[in-house]
Amino acid sequence: MKQINRVDNGGRINRHKTLVFTFNNKTYQGFEGDTLASALLANGVDVVGRSFKYSRPRGIVTADAQEPNAIFQVGSSQATTIPNPRATQTELYKNLECHSTNGWPNVDFDLMGTVGKIGGAAMPPGFYYKTFMFPQSMWMSYEKIIRKGAGLGCSPQLPDPDSYDKLHHHCDVMIVGAGPAGLSAALSAARAGARVIIADEQNELGGSLLCTRQLLDGQAAQVWIDKTISELAQNKNVILLPRSTVFGYFDHNYIGINERRSDHLGEVDHNGTRQRLHKVRAKQVILATGAHERPLVYGNNDVPGCMLASAVSTYINRYGVVPGKTLALMTTNDYAYKAALDWHDAGRKVALIVDTRASSDGDMVKEAMQRGINIVFGHAIIDVKGSKRVKSVEVAKLNDSADKVLGSSVNYVCDTVASSGGWSPVIHLSSHTGSRPVWRDDIQGFVPGETVQAQHVCGGLQGVYNLSQTLKDGFSCGAVAAQEACKGHGNDHDDDLNVVPQIDELSESASMALFHIPHFKPTSRAPKQFVDYQNDVTAAGIEMANREGFESIEHVKRYTALGFGTDQGKLGNINGMAVTAKSLGKTIPETGTTIFRPMYTPVTFGALAGSDVKQLFDPARFTAMHSWHLAQGAEFEDVGQWKRPWYFPQPGETMQQSLQRECLATRNSVGILDASTLGKIDIQGKDAREFLNRIYTNPWSQLAPGRCRYGVMCKEDGMVFDDGVTSCIDDNRFLMTTTTGGAPGVLAWLELWHQTEWPELEVYFSTVTDHWATMTISGPNSRKVLEKITSADVSNEAFPYMGWIPAEVAGVKARIFRISFTGELSFEINVQANYGLHTWEAVIAAGEEFNITPYGTETMHILRAEKGFIIIGQDTDGSVTPQDLDMNWVVGKKKEFSYLGKRSWTRIDNQRSDRKQLVGLKPKDPNFVLPEGAQIVFEKGQAIPMTMVGHVTSSYFSACLGYSFALAVVKGGIDRKGQSVFLPLADGTTVEAEICSSVFYDPKGERQNV
Amino acid sequence: MLHIHCPYCEEYREEEEFSVVGEAHIIRPLAPEELTDQEWASYLFFRKNPRGLHHEMWAHSHGCRKFFNMTRHTVTYQILETYKMGQQPSITTEDTK
Repeated sequence: MKQINRVDNGGRINRHKTLVFTFNNKTYQGFEGDTLASALLANGVDVVGRSFKYSRPRGIVTADAQEPNAIFQVGSSQATTIPNPRATQTELYKNLECHSTNGWPNVDFDLMGTVGKIGGAAMPPGFYYKTFMFPQSMWMSYEKIIRKGAGLGCSPQLPDPDSYDKLHHHCDVMIVGAGPAGLSAALSAARAGARVIIADEQNELGGSLLCTRQLLDGQAAQVWIDKTISELAQNKNVILLPRSTVFGYFDHNYIGINERRSDHLGEVDHNGTRQRLHKVRAKQVILATGAHERPLVYGNNDVPGCMLASAVSTYINRYGVVPGKTLALMTTNDYAYKAALDWHDAGRKVALIVDTRASSDGDMVKEAMQRGINIVFGHAIIDVKGSKRVKSVEVAKLNDSADKVLGSSVNYVCDTVASSGGWSPVIHLSSHTGSRPVWRDDIQGFVPGETVQAQHVCGGLQGVYNLSQTLKDGFSCGAVAAQEACKGHGNDHDDDLNVVPQIDELSESASMALFHIPHFKPTSRAPKQFVDYQNDVTAAGIEMANREGFESIEHVKRYTALGFGTDQGKLGNINGMAVTAKSLGKTIPETGTTIFRPMYTPVTFGALAGSDVKQLFDPARFTAMHSWHLAQGAEFEDVGQWKRPWYFPQPGETMQQSLQRECLATRNSVGILDASTLGKIDIQGKDAREFLNRIYTNPWSQLAPGRCRYGVMCKEDGMVFDDGVTSCIDDNRFLMTTTTGGAPGVLAWLELWHQTEWPELEVYFSTVTDHWATMTISGPNSRKVLEKITSADVSNEAFPYMGWIPAEVAGVKARIFRISFTGELSFEINVQANYGLHTWEAVIAAGEEFNITPYGTETMHILRAEKGFIIIGQDTDGSVTPQDLDMNWVVGKKKEFSYLGKRSWTRIDNQRSDRKQLVGLKPKDPNFVLPEGAQIVFEKGQAIPMTMVGHVTSSYFSACLGYSFALAVVKGGIDRKGQSVFLPLADGTTVEAEICSSVFYDPKGERQNV
Repeated sequence: MLHIHCPYCEEYREEEEFSVVGEAHIIRPLAPEELTDQEWASYLFFRKNPRGLHHEMWAHSHGCRKFFNMTRHTVTYQILETYKMGQQPSITTEDTK
């Protein structure tokens, strides 16, 4: 297909390299150097999507990040597709495939469009809230349909084949934007010896210089750009980042940059990084983000063919594309005349220039007159005719205050309308750090306000639009920033190097403050005047919101959805504020502005994730015996970052069968558990004992070397937060064990109290979790197994319960602890971690004759629950005291120091008799396993909401007991043993259970003590 | 992302190495049993939530593991000083900044 709108020469495209691409399954051709938008315009594609609410046909409006309509689904497969990139910022590559994100069955014939046109008047702002809010229960169903109808892109369904990475930088001066201001700032900062990073979102550095008609020192702007870039590129202190969007400006001068390294090469197999996230901590930041042109708000201003004046110029100069045959330009300022001049010079017809001002004698106006272009002053385009493309415009005379139109309108035939309402500085990044923008009447725009960041602004961002002034501003800004950042250690350089080139500046007449073009009819009855294209917010809609009492700009935004799209209202926000201000009779600064937040433009998840994916997503921790567990076919469970064996299924077994086998083997003979993951903290120092007295609820003064004790820790509010066994190694040394998941928190807790409240205690803490491999053998035959591999006397007399001994096990130095979490005779063998596998295999070999059975965390949970041993975080939740757990025995009554948590137990709330207390539950049906988390009520058949009195914390079927059982917390439960409670389940049934003791197995504790 | 000067390491490090603990300079009562429930509750639960300067405790959790104090502005997120445990802040009003 011929590129009908491509002119024969000019533009920064490579006409020797044709690129074939498809849009909505139709094939087109463009050139290297095109954006997707310029290529579509070159091919005369008018409609690129359908609008969100009214489903109106929409075309390309801008040539930059503001684009509200041309947002596509780009990519050829479910792995490579990207939702919502702006066609104006997507570089064309070979075989690019893209689709409109909106429009069904297709953009040219859209069923919803008909509905939208008829239903338009019936869909006012707040329509969705008003119509679909009631009944509230149905909202979720409505929302799904609405979202589908809206259709703003689809997520990829398959894994991303590309790789991404991150780089961290520190620099003296970070410059955002490589237009004339940014480049000159980079020159002066680099010349002063500063380490500089300069980033720009476009594929080429140069910004507005890339399509200017102005000459610098009598030469094309490109000569100055080339010279500048080559000087910067040769400076080893400078990093140049094209195709790099600064998407966020965070606290303490922290800058996020998304560099697109290979997106422009297409979906090819490349060995590099597709996108790179740069995280920059800069001493000084220079924002040189320039300004965006504002469109005017007039009737049917969304018909394809209505564009920004500057975008028209950009397409002609940079891409050699004239996006139509006949142009009508409406402007409030001189600068936009450039679009008409460029159009005319490209050999196409300018129907007329409609200037809203009474007059102007600026140089470009004169130039237009010299070319014989028809200029009408004091008029405005009030309406556009056409649906899929502009056919003509209605032009009428404005009154002096430009809030009314006079007389009757005249129709002019054209297919393109360019409009310009002036320029808005790109204040987004400066807003990210919380700085409130300030309105300036002289430039009719917001500029960055006060900030606490080490931030400088220059050029268009602070309303400096004249090129020589911008360059001068950049040079001085760069020099100041470099001086601030380097403070003395920069170069002594010659400021004379920073010379602004000679430029013939054009004279300009003052522009006019006009945003919303009036119509003969009141706004509510006039043709639709769009403010925010992406969300279909009209001037009438904003006025209606104001009438309904939404006066704060923040409320207007939320009620109308102004600025809520993927474009974040870049194109429409200022106009929306102006319409609000006009309708409320206020000024724009009185109306105020909403604040822009990161991201400036959307950033892919791939870039944010970088290489922290798959196996690098989160570190995994393995015990020394992991390979053995793998070989045995263990199923694993994640506990914190640890991979722990969950259970060891044998071929053909269900999980429940495995658990029953593991439980019975342990209770009847011997089982073995890898307990290496339990947190271990080595506590040393002459005050270690006193420290334990203050941290634990129970007393530690009498614990002799060689003995172990179970302890409970509470926070100051009296609630249990960790437990474990601590052993006395010698008088100045203890080994504390913690729960697997709680280890880092407990260590931090110990450090906190030592460092902040009791620094006088001489005590030191080291984590030794990974230093030891721990295996627990448990069951009546465990001593027989142990005796085979150690010469130490492990008889009950020589080595009683709750003691530990140093010993040699399987030829390895070990510590053996006689502690039990199963209620059986148990030995916990600890060896240096690198002997872990060796020792484990020796124990397994020794146990073979007793059918030693490895078990995992699930069997451990069942066996301990049968004994009523709690698991912190499962049976407790941060609102449970030791008394609630019926563990008053673990609470020291005579300790001298008022240890952590003690004072809180006498608070009235902790003395209530109806506190939830830990009890056992026996379901009436002995085979029914209660769901963990099930709520408990005292009486059945209550109306909803029922009075809930507790919940199930642990629940299992016990092979040893022959019935199912549970642990639960129940209000006043300890005094309710023997009573029935009811559990209304999610499926509507109610089951009955009896409250009983939480100790189900061996209540006297005889089996562990033999 | 804050850039925090650890007074023990004596260098600026990224926020991800640190964790915030809460309001600084809360002293544990020496004789808890002598306090009324109300006094004890005010030690346990009640914290300042100022708009402006705030003295708060941080920990260099993934660094030297030391706890330290910081004077931070809760609106601008400026960190005006960091100082060691046991020391008093030198900045206590916004005027002095």
